[in-house]
Amino acid sequence: MMPEPATTGDTKAGILTRLLRVDRRILFIIIFLCVAIPLLTGARMKMTVTPPVKGLYDAIDRLEPGSTVWLAADYDPGSMPELYPMNIALIDHLFSRNIKVISASLWAPGPPLSQRIFETIGPKYGKTYGVDFVNLGFKEGREAVMLQVAEDIAKTFPRDFLDTPYDQIPMLQEIRNLKDVKMIVAISAGYPGIKEWIQQVGTRYAVRIGGGVTAVTAPEMYPYLQSGQLVGLLAGMKGAGEYEQLVARPGLGTAGMVAQSSVHLMVVIFIAFANVVFLIEKSRK
Amino acid sequence: MRTEVPVAIAFVAGMLMIVSLFVPHPFVAVPAGVTRSWAIIITAFAYVLGVANIARISLETVRRRSKDWEYKAVLLAALCIMMVLGIGLGVRSGGAFDWAYQNLYIPMQSTMFSLLAFFIASAAYRAFRARSVEATLLLVTAAIVMLGRVPIGEHIWGKFPDLTEWIMEVPNMAAKRGIMIGAALGAISTGLKMVLGLERSYLGGG
Repeated sequence: MMPEPATTGDTKAGILTRLLRVDRRILFIIIFLCVAIPLLTGARMKMTVTPPVKGLYDAIDRLEPGSTVWLAADYDPGSMPELYPMNIALIDHLFSRNIKVISASLWAPGPPLSQRIFETIGPKYGKTYGVDFVNLGFKEGREAVMLQVAEDIAKTFPRDFLDTPYDQIPMLQEIRNLKDVKMIVAISAGYPGIKEWIQQVGTRYAVRIGGGVTAVTAPEMYPYLQSGQLVGLLAGMKGAGEYEQLVARPGLGTAGMVAQSSVHLMVVIFIAFANVVFLIEKSRK
Repeated sequence: MRTEVPVAIAFVAGMLMIVSLFVPHPFVAVPAGVTRSWAIIITAFAYVLGVANIARISLETVRRRSKDWEYKAVLLAALCIMMVLGIGLGVRSGGAFDWAYQNLYIPMQSTMFSLLAFFIASAAYRAFRARSVEATLLLVTAAIVMLGRVPIGEHIWGKFPDLTEWIMEVPNMAAKRGIMIGAALGAISTGLKMVLGLERSYLGGG
């Protein structure tokens, strides 16, 4: 028996179904182009600064020059696109305000990332290692380390990242514990991170905390923002971009915004298109 | 004794941590500090155990030429090289360890995570469907937040960032707060059961 010729409706349905089952490599190419073209052309996009970002900027801006901040770099290279730009922007802002920085990490791959930023930005502001900033390195122990540095930093980090004994580092001579620092700036990719700093140290030792997280963990931080346990928050690459805009030093965060915008828009278009096709097919059945 | 001693240690350490939160007197604060130091040292030793364990399993796989043994060989080689470079030559900037970290570890880990963007886009296209009211709500909210979280959103419609902030500060926060309070109550309950010796599954053996 000869097959019946396909009607126009059937042809349209076939095309739509085929579009829904498009080879995923085509989707990958579209996403790749959405990322690559803006990065290669260096396109920029202005953005509005959100209140949580402004909150952190203002909190740092209000610190007295010469005071000390604890910078918890609790992340690894997997989160670099989001967190590294905010780490740069924060250190840049702290140095420009002549605030001393003690950096430490509860994530093993964290210390070299901070070190790289210190070595790049420090000379720009004439800052000296051990006098204006120090990298204490990594310590395993999670919440136990947080509580221990809150009580006694030298006991927890007897030597810094470069193996210098604590008592030979000039800027640490008057710093005994976290009561001697004005603020904790935590840059976190997950556990242990900013949430644990708030829970273990913030309220108990009355230390102000602000920082940055990956976009995916940001929703979890909003209750702490509203309660005032967080003075400000940078969420994902956009948070970094907004902070760069505030300190007027466009960097990696700003550079990545057009690429991220393109990908987000494309994913929304994918979802909308797929659902329109889904609803058309559903209405036909 | 195999049960009683660990339970007694958990009770003393747990009670000490709880009491130290409320009593800052050196009579409590000093032993609490010592206990925390022990906790840090014990956790550090877990790394040694972890390395020994992964080395043992990988060596066995390589020796037997089991499935994917080549990957285990690369793992063992990388483990040994990084340990030798780090412990032997130090981790200073510009050193061999730092070179390997900056030029091998960072690109490899960044590559792994960057793949997520491609898979999320593909999965969203294929599976994110408005099949029910709940799924439709989730879909619409996700689209708003995705656009409101990037600058292009405010160029499309100026209210996208405000709408996104409202979603984050009202429905999101209400749900998160509920989850957090529930999880905290669960953690307190489990913690108390462990300290009091009622929950012993952490000792192993089921």
